[in-house]
Amino acid sequence: MSSGRFGPFGGQYVPETLMNELIRLEKAYNFYKEDPQFCAELDKLMKDYAGRPSLLYYAEHMTKDLGGAKIYLKREDLNHTGAHKINNCLGQVLLAKKMGKTRVIAETGAGQHGVATATVAALLGMECEVFMGAKDCERQKLNVYRMRLLGAKVHPVTSGTQVLKDAVNETMREWSNRVADTHYVLGSVMGPHPFPTIVRDFQAVISKEAREQFLEKEGKLPAAVLACVGGGSNAIGSFYHFINDKDVKLIGCEAAGRGIATGQHAATMATGTLGVFHGMKSYFCQNQYGQIDEVYSISAGLDYPGIGPEHAYLRDSGRAQYVPITDDEAVDAFEYLSRTEGIIPAIESAHAVAYAMKIAPKMRPDQSIMICLSGRGDKDVAAIARYRGVQIDE
Amino acid sequence: MSKTIKDAFADGKAFIPFITAGDPDLESTKKFILEMEKAGADLVEIGIPFSDPIAEGIVIQEADIRALGSGTTTDGIFQMVKELREQTDMPLVFMTYLNPVFHYGYEKFFEKCQQCGISGIIIPDLPFEEKDECADIAASYGVDVISMIAPTSEERIQAIASRARGFIYVVSSMGVTGERQQIQTDLPSMLASIRKATDVPAAIGFGIHTPQQAAKMAEIADGVIVGSAIVKIAAKYGAQAAPYIYDYVKSMKEAAASAKKS
Repeated sequence: MSSGRFGPFGGQYVPETLMNELIRLEKAYNFYKEDPQFCAELDKLMKDYAGRPSLLYYAEHMTKDLGGAKIYLKREDLNHTGAHKINNCLGQVLLAKKMGKTRVIAETGAGQHGVATATVAALLGMECEVFMGAKDCERQKLNVYRMRLLGAKVHPVTSGTQVLKDAVNETMREWSNRVADTHYVLGSVMGPHPFPTIVRDFQAVISKEAREQFLEKEGKLPAAVLACVGGGSNAIGSFYHFINDKDVKLIGCEAAGRGIATGQHAATMATGTLGVFHGMKSYFCQNQYGQIDEVYSISAGLDYPGIGPEHAYLRDSGRAQYVPITDDEAVDAFEYLSRTEGIIPAIESAHAVAYAMKIAPKMRPDQSIMICLSGRGDKDVAAIARYRGVQIDE
Repeated sequence: MSKTIKDAFADGKAFIPFITAGDPDLESTKKFILEMEKAGADLVEIGIPFSDPIAEGIVIQEADIRALGSGTTTDGIFQMVKELREQTDMPLVFMTYLNPVFHYGYEKFFEKCQQCGISGIIIPDLPFEEKDECADIAASYGVDVISMIAPTSEERIQAIASRARGFIYVVSSMGVTGERQQIQTDLPSMLASIRKATDVPAAIGFGIHTPQQAAKMAEIADGVIVGSAIVKIAAKYGAQAAPYIYDYVKSMKEAAASAKKS
């Protein structure tokens, strides 16, 4: 069995054409993650370019209104480009550059990862091409234009169901076509080893900072850490440094779309079964013959039929739990946070806010909850308006 | 008893056509396979369609979507092969992705393969490192998991080839399946490395569509695999494609057979 397992999950289920490159990537990563110069460069970029550390903000109005646990927001939305995605992109594109690559390619769902990749590619002087489902291009026109502004070529993916999973397929195909000078900047803790580990390590800065910030502000750790989960990168980043703190509950909030019972959702943990797809063994939404389902969520960033292998492991080992949140609940939370705290969250992050609204009132005031506010909601305003029946031009 | 992979390579250069099962329907697939046999195919690769075939170019992707859209299932394909076996004993292998096999259950899947005389399986997303996943179970039912070697395999060739069973699928080009005007890879030196490691036959696939290419590839290797060009004919003529597939396969087989024995 290959390396890169989380219990039975993970692995390297990719065509032979990519195997040597994955092995090279693993070697390069293992070297550079210990290399003081690489670490210093990455730290500097994280601080001076992305704006880290991100704030841990006490949401006082929300706390009072809900009348239970203290709510803290880990403000990844304040990073440059407006989401946690930049953490991973800075790490991976810098690594690619050290490996001698001159070109990066990436998949994107909502467009946040594509924008972050295009941004770092512009900064580090790399050629960049982004694959985005044609339907997502339609849903997120602003991000498409933003990527082009940043010098990236955007390819609308018209194969399959024209959403995130198809964008991943197409990026893998392109990578196997041109691997010598090209690195695939995978956007989540998914895909073949070593990606789930590399992406987790670059996102783990979220919980590393948060743990210290909690000890400083509260003198103790939060009772629960909440994050939305598509592939699971902001969630694993939020969980990672709390995994050994057994009293901290780790809760992933996945997209229940129009409701689990309607079949129109992307709730992999609630409904998925074990499978092998996109290079990894994990849980997937699929039919009885192992054909991958078309999934649905109001949030293009959570619209993925699988989940990263480490999440599958954390769930099955009982360390983390995963809960479904519907479109309705997420949209309510989107509006609620905007009103109460003056912070417009990404519709993805609003899934985590929604679950906090459910559990905070049942918790004690001496407990606190951390919500990873993985991104800001500017990109979603037009879609939410449409959801409420208001037509506005972007 | 059906013929095996070994029989396919027994007299000269093997011609190995591929067809997506269920495009446009399984009854047609059965007809196409019998035509291919008549036209001289030595072994047929039957594609079990998958929703997300990451190693395929657009032609086979679309065939997979059509086949799934017409209600093709793994059980239906087993039934089709069972019926086919009443009319032919030619060697047959499956080609699909790991998830449909994994989800069906390895034990149950390979047992059914044995029952209907499927002697091998090509799984592009199951590289050497992951072969333990199902190679032993497959072998216990007499099914060879076919190894693939790519232009990027380099020093991996020795390890892959020395554990190969059935035949070796030599991937001619970078990227995905689909017709190519030119094949850039240094195939003779790849084949030389393979032959140093094993005497398991090696067939070249990806990109091949003209008789000239087939002849050239057959000079270097023991067999030639053609997929997209045939799937394209099925796409164009649908249920009426059988005679066109026959003509094409015949021309390709003759070209391959004309190659000098290497």
